[in-house]
Amino acid sequence: MRRLIAVRLLLLGPMLLAVSLAVFTVLRLGRGDPALDYLRISGIPPSDAALLEARRLLGLDRPLPEQYWSWLADAARLDFGRSYVTGRPVLDEILHHLPATLQLAGVSLLVTLAFSVPLGLWAALRRDRWPDRVARGLAFVGVSVPNFWLGFLLVLLFSVTLGWLPAMGRGGWQHMVMPVLAVSLMSLCINTRLVRAAALEVLNQRHVLYARLRGLPEHRVLTRHVLRNALVPVVTATGMHLGELLGGTMVVESIFGWPGIGRLAVSAIHNRDYPVLQGFILLMTVVFVLCNLAVDIAGAWIDPRQRRLAMGGRREFLP
Amino acid sequence: MTLLQAGMALRPPPGLRLASVSALLLAGLMLFGPWLAPYDPTEVALDLKLMGPSLAHPLGTDHLGRDVLSRLMAGAQVSLGAVAAILALVLTLGVGIGSLAGMAGGRTDAAIMRVCDAFLTIPTFILALFFVGVLGTGPANVVTAVVLSHWAWYARMARALVAGLKRQDYVLAARVAGTGRLMTVVRHILPAVLAQMAILASLDIGHMMLHVSGLSFLGLGVTPPDPEWGVMINDARAVLWTQPVLVLWPGLMIMLTVMTFNRLGDGLRDALDPALQAGGKAP
Repeated sequence: MRRLIAVRLLLLGPMLLAVSLAVFTVLRLGRGDPALDYLRISGIPPSDAALLEARRLLGLDRPLPEQYWSWLADAARLDFGRSYVTGRPVLDEILHHLPATLQLAGVSLLVTLAFSVPLGLWAALRRDRWPDRVARGLAFVGVSVPNFWLGFLLVLLFSVTLGWLPAMGRGGWQHMVMPVLAVSLMSLCINTRLVRAAALEVLNQRHVLYARLRGLPEHRVLTRHVLRNALVPVVTATGMHLGELLGGTMVVESIFGWPGIGRLAVSAIHNRDYPVLQGFILLMTVVFVLCNLAVDIAGAWIDPRQRRLAMGGRREFLP
Repeated sequence: MTLLQAGMALRPPPGLRLASVSALLLAGLMLFGPWLAPYDPTEVALDLKLMGPSLAHPLGTDHLGRDVLSRLMAGAQVSLGAVAAILALVLTLGVGIGSLAGMAGGRTDAAIMRVCDAFLTIPTFILALFFVGVLGTGPANVVTAVVLSHWAWYARMARALVAGLKRQDYVLAARVAGTGRLMTVVRHILPAVLAQMAILASLDIGHMMLHVSGLSFLGLGVTPPDPEWGVMINDARAVLWTQPVLVLWPGLMIMLTVMTFNRLGDGLRDALDPALQAGGKAP
């Protein structure tokens, strides 16, 4: 297990290097002159002298490899430059907004798991009867609901009509309810389908029959022999739609005035604040890779077979 | 007619039939929506703003007095057209690059796959957000951004399929018989790959729809006077407290589209998978 973590953390280095190079290239090849945007945001009229000065200040007059190298050297010391808009260090901006996003995504993930596992299991146990039909119907409809639209429907119901929940901002648990519902519905539905399918597969296996024949009480059979096996594909899948969940928070934040990283990114896009954009994508990569590592650790913890697989699989990744 | 009869003889389940009809209607809207719309979708009439449903305006008017039904119909062209364009581009790029990697093998394969890995490391929507930031806002850039964030999934799958298929006996036989490399790919490998890609694509249409409308909703896609479903939801948020029904329609259209193509994708998978499992698996 410790080796799995160490190897994956070591791989994070080259992966970030590749992503940083790609990001740098894309931004430099992208449209426009960052110096122009810098002047526009700073409110300086773009005369030739001012442009030259801005290019010198931003280091744009140096050769590209040199620019990349100095940017990388700064990034290695966690210095991602300063926001064109606020003038504050990018890292400060991102760290200021990251906790809100992580809170929203984290609680949404917990809600997803807490509801989808029992619901999926219940549907599998009552196959083709009404709980199963209801769960399947809900899952089919639920994956089709746009999260930002769901957000508005919730606001209509809970804030406008009933007046129970605040429509905007971040504060106590009342502020969490609607954003979490909006973010998690889709993952919840996908997961319910997966748990159901996985549980059905496990229920048909001989070791479950044997456990029942041994006279184990049903709850014991379910928790020990069905659930644990059924959770393996679910954990793998969670790693995959974790990205969807994080992406979902980006949109939902804008509805509820949630002061997270999605709002920071959208305003950076509108202002063409390239340093913030660069820092955003790099940090999201780190966050996502770490989340996936956590998912893999959870998978290895549930399924001992995966531990060996993860160990044996490492040679594929290393040269 | 024979095609229709053949289709009926298969006796698809009612849900699938409904989805097919709905897909045809959506395609019709995409192609002819702006011409079928009863009013000009961008015509502002402030004296008619926020009217409820009436005979003249079945779904009422929005905060600028524009006819909601016309905006929905004309918006279909932008929303669905963007998805169609993304689909075509992603399939071309993904299958092209994936097949190249699968056929070439060796270093080319490894290099292409590492690039894919870099793209797959980052969640698609976040990657799309980043690309919009680089390219700038606007519908064409949203399309490009979604294509750039999705292609690697298709490339990886196409590569895996091609790498498996190229060792199949019938492909080797074609090669031994003197068929050129390109011809072998086009005649013998791509047809099998495309069936599998069609399943992936039809299940992904809903995803793309949600990403496009999400980006538009954030104000990064279509610019305001033009109708688009995500933009319409964003427009409706200003009058959410006074005219809540306006937020309903565009969301329902997005939902209907996603449901339709998810159901079609499921049906397609059920219909095509057994055949593929028999013929398309690597030895």
